[in-house]
Amino acid sequence: MAGRSVRRLTAVVGHRILILGFIIFAVFPFYWMVVTTFKQNADLYVGATNVQHNPFIFNQPPTTEHLRTLFGQTLYTTWLVNTLLVGVVVVAITLLLAVPAGYSLARLTGRWGERLSIGIFLTYLVPSTLLFIPFSRLVALLGLQNSLWSLVLIYPTFTVPFCTWLLMGFFKSLPREVEESAMVDGCSRFGAIVRMVLPLSVPGLLTVVIFALTLVIQEFVYSLTFISSVQRMTVSVGVPVALVRGDVYYWGSLMAACLITSVPIAIVYNLFLDRFIAGFTVGALR
Amino acid sequence: MAISTAPAAATVKPRRGVSWADHVLGVVLLVPALTYIALLVALPFLLAVFLSLTNSSAGSLEFSFVGLQNFKNVLASPVFQRSLRNTFVFTFVSQLAVLVLGNILARALMKPFFGKSLARCLILMPWAAPISLATLGWLWIFDSTFSVINWVLKVVGWLGPGQWYYWLGDATLGMTAIIFIHVWRMLPFSTVILLAGLSSIPAEVHEAADIDGAGYFAKMFQVTIPMMLPILTVAVLFGVVFTFTDMSVIYLLTRGGPYNSTHVLASLAFQEGVLGADVGRGAAIAIFLLPVLLVMAVFMLRTSRRTEVL
Repeated sequence: MAGRSVRRLTAVVGHRILILGFIIFAVFPFYWMVVTTFKQNADLYVGATNVQHNPFIFNQPPTTEHLRTLFGQTLYTTWLVNTLLVGVVVVAITLLLAVPAGYSLARLTGRWGERLSIGIFLTYLVPSTLLFIPFSRLVALLGLQNSLWSLVLIYPTFTVPFCTWLLMGFFKSLPREVEESAMVDGCSRFGAIVRMVLPLSVPGLLTVVIFALTLVIQEFVYSLTFISSVQRMTVSVGVPVALVRGDVYYWGSLMAACLITSVPIAIVYNLFLDRFIAGFTVGALR
Repeated sequence: MAISTAPAAATVKPRRGVSWADHVLGVVLLVPALTYIALLVALPFLLAVFLSLTNSSAGSLEFSFVGLQNFKNVLASPVFQRSLRNTFVFTFVSQLAVLVLGNILARALMKPFFGKSLARCLILMPWAAPISLATLGWLWIFDSTFSVINWVLKVVGWLGPGQWYYWLGDATLGMTAIIFIHVWRMLPFSTVILLAGLSSIPAEVHEAADIDGAGYFAKMFQVTIPMMLPILTVAVLFGVVFTFTDMSVIYLLTRGGPYNSTHVLASLAFQEGVLGADVGRGAAIAIFLLPVLLVMAVFMLRTSRRTEVL
């Protein structure tokens, strides 16, 4: 009996240690960002050869100097505004294109609609690293080089397919009676969609908004390719490319920027996670 | 009402009870999205293929057709050959590690424990954070002078006096660092997908196997893995596509260096086609991503057909 409970205890302890190990692996860079953000330079730039100096802790009192530098002397806030501007417009375009398409694929098209929906989903897999070269020609042709409009034009290429797919799944989960009862009461199909379906779809629409917005904030390749002026950069490019002055890395401010941008996205993303996963796994799960 | 519409609908061959008016509305609602996708995904895709056959360069809009010359040049280049090999090594090694670790982690997360939702939230952070900023964090961790990894290795005595790892200044160490970051980033994604798969296996299946006297391995190979196969495929396919085509990690970490030894196809295409302004050559390099993507797409379609849902 005693041997059994000991074995049970070791299993539980082993399990907790395993989980803890994975958490440390996942979170360490973020912990490192926090430490770097608030360390004084004298504490930060001690070569790693000095084994007496423990880099994991604050050897000198924490400071907000790097934060003040970031907000006062860099274009970080401009980049944030740029990113949000692009994000808002792209989300609007995405909704305008994906909501009708998602509804149509869920309700109004039969067999060929299902084929088409798989086709649309597959376009999500066409990578930015294959398309940035033709896009650079297109952007040059339209005279949109170094303009945030180039991003507005191109970002829906990755938000629309996946959001259409997510919304299609969402509309399918609504009972058909929702529209049918409204149509019996004299609504047209379109009126039924606007008055009955859309209000019921707010959670689905919100998921799509969050998803599209996080994709825009995370995007790096197109932004790097098309935007060259420092003032017009988005956060994901401005911070790694333009926050480095000459060859000098201001690690305190850099890590502060990474931290402040990443953590809110990570939290919001987590809240909507189950819906995204449902989108990825429709088909493989029942 | 139903009686009056039924014969009319029958003459236009309704698809699964979709009436003619609905059918028209369905097409109308689809047209904007389809037009956008056709113009900005399908057409550029074809343009990529076309450009790879030209000597087009950034800065001028004139070009002439050069046939397969770009491909010949590219294939003969040692940097390209190296990057092709790197791409496969990166993808294979990191996805293998992600699959093994993801299975262990997903199983561990199936058990109830205190603080589980917080643990899940923390474990997911690498996937949710913008990749360029997360990579910047790693750049600092792998810094040549201030690397905390080297400090730990020094303290535990792995690195003796005078020994040092220049993580990003060496081909092998650089590859290791890049693979490490890809594993870090993709692990949460695979884990949550596998977790969704594990939770979808009904408890009765395990109970029935227990009653039949199945041992741990019998259960794993005859119950869990077969039932998990579709979801495992999904996790692997997405993982492969996202890793195979990524250039952000490499661009920010090593810029393909030292001496172009850590390039992958995507980062090399960027270097040649965008930074080097040789559009034709860059396009030709990026085209080499296609075969693998096509194979992945076919696999995905087959998985979806087998599960009869899509």
